[in-house]
Amino acid sequence: MKEIIELKLNEKFPDSILEKIEFRDELTLIVDKNKIVEICQYLRDDPELLFDMLIDLCGVDRAKRNDRFEVLYNLLSLKNKFRLRLKVRIDEKDCKVDSITSIYPTANWHERETYDMFGIIFNNHPDLRRMYMPEEFEYYPLRKDFPLLGIPGSLPLPKK
Amino acid sequence: MNTQQDKSEYSSKILETLLTKESDFIIEDTLESGMVLNMGPQHPATHGVLRLLIHIDGETVVGCVPELGYLHRGYEKIAENSTYHEFIPHTDRLDYLAPLSNNTAFALAVEKLAGIEIPKRAKYIRMIISEMARIASHLVAVGTMAMDVGAMTVLLWTFREREKLQEIMDILTGARFTTSYTRIGGVASDWTSICTEKLKKFISEFPTNLEEIEKLLNTNRIFLERTEGIGVISKEKAIAMGLTGPNLRASGVDYDVRRAFPYLDYENIDFEVITYSEGDSLARYFVRVDEMKESVKILRQCLDKLPSGEILSHDPKRVLPHKVNIYTRMEELIQDFMLINFGLTPPVGEIYSSVENPKGELGFYLVSDGTGYPWRCKIRSPSFVNLQSLPILVKGHMVSDIVAIIGSIDPVMGEADK
Repeated sequence: MKEIIELKLNEKFPDSILEKIEFRDELTLIVDKNKIVEICQYLRDDPELLFDMLIDLCGVDRAKRNDRFEVLYNLLSLKNKFRLRLKVRIDEKDCKVDSITSIYPTANWHERETYDMFGIIFNNHPDLRRMYMPEEFEYYPLRKDFPLLGIPGSLPLPKK
Repeated sequence: MNTQQDKSEYSSKILETLLTKESDFIIEDTLESGMVLNMGPQHPATHGVLRLLIHIDGETVVGCVPELGYLHRGYEKIAENSTYHEFIPHTDRLDYLAPLSNNTAFALAVEKLAGIEIPKRAKYIRMIISEMARIASHLVAVGTMAMDVGAMTVLLWTFREREKLQEIMDILTGARFTTSYTRIGGVASDWTSICTEKLKKFISEFPTNLEEIEKLLNTNRIFLERTEGIGVISKEKAIAMGLTGPNLRASGVDYDVRRAFPYLDYENIDFEVITYSEGDSLARYFVRVDEMKESVKILRQCLDKLPSGEILSHDPKRVLPHKVNIYTRMEELIQDFMLINFGLTPPVGEIYSSVENPKGELGFYLVSDGTGYPWRCKIRSPSFVNLQSLPILVKGHMVSDIVAIIGSIDPVMGEADK
């Protein structure tokens, strides 16, 4: 299965697969950030691959100068019983990636959560609001530079 | 007194988005005008602190916006700042109706990341506790769902059954809810003969008791009319919305992590994956009841096959030793000191490991940078994803159906808010 996915993706999207990682029998592909919507659509609609379910979408702060953030897409093919992880790398200066809600509607809340926690903007998202934190909150809690104990005064108490 | 202008300034952005969103609602009659109803966060039928903003026309729901975050405790941030062992007690507080299966899920994820093999006895104990947690959680789901639509007796009867399981958990782990029972590389304490005895008694009585509970509901006209055809979600839509667990299987999708990606020793256990095709609230109830029967089957097989032997794997650099040995022997004390202070150090890498929880697929995505602390721990909680389809399910139904639909989705806010 792993070979078929790689072969098909390389054929359809040449130069879009930037890196391939295999660890504990799990396949992770780092793909081009600008091609993520097309790749997801292809993976979902291809009759042989049929990755019809998005299980998880989340962000990672790598705390590096270049390509600080990662967004990863955990796809599942119900027919083939196979999981595939896609990753895109995002630079802090251009903290944006295209939303895949048009392909997988379940990505809606996952993307809102990622925006809430990391401040990554998802282009063309239908309703990009914070998921857990209050609307007025200015920080992004899961970034590595946000302290564990929080920032004093960042959550004002309601006025009487 | 605030003026009208001030009030509009204070009205939240959520309300604005809700009101400006396009819907097929037209004001024709002044008495039938649309309004926004705020349900929760403190509402008994929302099973926790779920807040719903409901746009209604008369009594028909035209739109619904769930608001989460009232129980957000930042577990993913806590995980990044604690060792792998330290995070186990926090997993109890995710899905607090089935803490034992959360413990199992996290321990399995860390073991996959670090490459630790666990003894066979520990595997079977973990399977037993997972199935016990499943029965306990489904009993609450069925009971509260029945209570939401007006049947009080069912709740009392299901809680009576659940109490028997809680007693076994109490004997086994020393706590009824905050169990923290699994360890990386095994389980904390051994399964005893008293537990076997009590569990055998439970599984011999439970099927008849469950039948009695079913009799209260399956032919109950009020229950059937409140749930049949309410909150229907099609197979394709359910997959697209990422539903998992009983909610997905009620829509006719044959996906169960225990069968699709077997973990522990589930490939050697004979059980059926329950599916119904209707996709309504009633089907979700049927799936839960039938799954309890399957869990009894699994428990029976596990008790028959339960092997003897160690419950913790012998791996001094990564697995905590037995508590007795820590207090009486020098080497074990040193191991314990090193593990508690520096943590186990898995190799650099990342994994996703998931189990079939009562609510759906609970997954942990762990990234290790080679130190004792996880670099990133993402919790893929089933309730969070299942709740997302609530607006689709309630659209077009009556206000009173909302409670039946929430009851049939069975969300736990501890898990949805993380």
